[in-house]
Amino acid sequence: MEFLSYLISGLSLGSVYAIIALGYTMVYGIAKMLNFAHGDVIMVGGYISYIAVSYMGLPGWVSVIAAMVVCTVLGVLIEGLAYKPLRAATSLAVLITAIGVSYFLQNSALLIWGANFKTYPSVISGTLNLFDNRLSIPYVSMLTVVVCIVIMVGLTLFTSKTKMGKAMRACSEDKGAAQLMGINVNRTISVTFAIGSALAAIAGVLLCSSFPILKPTTGSMPGIKAFTAAVFGGIGSIPGAFLGGLLLGVIESFAKAYISTQLANTVVFAVLIIVLLVRPAGLLGKYVPEKV
Amino acid sequence: MAMLEVNNINVYYGSIHAIKNISFEVNSGEIVTLIGANGAGKSTTLQTISGLLRSKTGSITFMGKNLGGIAAHKVVSMGIAHVPEGRRIFQQMTVEENIEMGAFTRPGNEYEQSVQNVFAHFPRLQERRKQIAGTLSGGEQQMLAMGRAMMSKPSLLMLDEPSMGLSPILVDEIFEIIKAFHDSGTTILLVEQNANKSLAISGRAYVLENGKIVLTGTGKELMQSEEIKKAYLGG
Repeated sequence: MEFLSYLISGLSLGSVYAIIALGYTMVYGIAKMLNFAHGDVIMVGGYISYIAVSYMGLPGWVSVIAAMVVCTVLGVLIEGLAYKPLRAATSLAVLITAIGVSYFLQNSALLIWGANFKTYPSVISGTLNLFDNRLSIPYVSMLTVVVCIVIMVGLTLFTSKTKMGKAMRACSEDKGAAQLMGINVNRTISVTFAIGSALAAIAGVLLCSSFPILKPTTGSMPGIKAFTAAVFGGIGSIPGAFLGGLLLGVIESFAKAYISTQLANTVVFAVLIIVLLVRPAGLLGKYVPEKV
Repeated sequence: MAMLEVNNINVYYGSIHAIKNISFEVNSGEIVTLIGANGAGKSTTLQTISGLLRSKTGSITFMGKNLGGIAAHKVVSMGIAHVPEGRRIFQQMTVEENIEMGAFTRPGNEYEQSVQNVFAHFPRLQERRKQIAGTLSGGEQQMLAMGRAMMSKPSLLMLDEPSMGLSPILVDEIFEIIKAFHDSGTTILLVEQNANKSLAISGRAYVLENGKIVLTGTGKELMQSEEIKKAYLGG
């Protein structure tokens, strides 16, 4: 029973990682950049939802929508102001800018909301008790897993069935050729950031519902973990991000339970290193040799 | 007035002066070829017309409209389709998805008719419509790139080395299709190293050397020119 309980909490944590990783991987796939500020957008989403519920007394689902709207606008603004001018710059310049944006968001949050922890109000409470109360599953865990699956299926359908989704895949392969088809590459990148940031907002709310401590650096570690998950699964791959996120969450949960809480992150990253040694492109990533 | 007028354009890659004061024109209904060795500036010229590259000075007008400063993705809807060097099909997408991307700027209700038209020219693409494009042979990929470009219903089709890397039989097939596109009313601007084949179907041609136009004439004239024979036609 304990095993099952750790597995479920791992899947729930992994689902949050997966939702963040989907944003990471989509932005990487299309803009070919690692948006290290992605984790901090999660934190902004958490704060917006917190304000909506605690100060304005709005219902939980309204706070999710508010967080999504704010984060979408924020994501598009970040892309337009910080990354778009660097379209022709080296990837290193873009990477450093992304780190800069990350610190900018963290410190802005510090300035606006202060350094004190905020206790995130539980939007979804209660547990499902099974087997004479020997196994209890928080509703928020179940919701998190369901939301993650819905998002993953939705994104897969979006990129395989819709015109905009296909245009995104075209841009991810060859921006020049995509332009020759009449695809507006800049707009496609903006839409990608919008989607990624809206997902980050959802992840922020779910994360804070499970771990209700909100501070300006809240998004930073889950951001790094989700990035790891995306690389683990194969960066640029949507099913890869999903699988990578879930596996990472489960490994972390088991490591905490059976090895040591302090060593959990060590175990997680050790597994990542081993996987990358064996499969450099990640679990589902394709190794595409450069054509000369 | 010519359909496409290129006036004194100069294009640079950083400090390299790739295109030096090139001027030429393509009239509606023509097949015009740019021939020249590797690095002469043929592909650069096409990329400048389609907006992927910018000319520093000079102007390009298409059907009376100045193309200067117009983004590449907008040039397509003005009626120019560009099949780039190396085909650049979307390798990880299916044949049909590639074709759909070609119709990106067109209204959805004409898709079915356009796609049937492309399949009429390239029956092999129809057989392979669900296949991942990267698994096609070189000739099929070239056909896909050309079919994809025709989906935008261009008035001017620019083809960059369509015969590159293909077997002689396939080269013949590709040139037949170019003629068929031309017969159906599409104006063609062709860039080729295969001077023999391309001059034979061209109304006019320009010879590029080191970023400059050094010679121009009708296809027939150039095929008989001693210089051209020596440099491009193998004696």
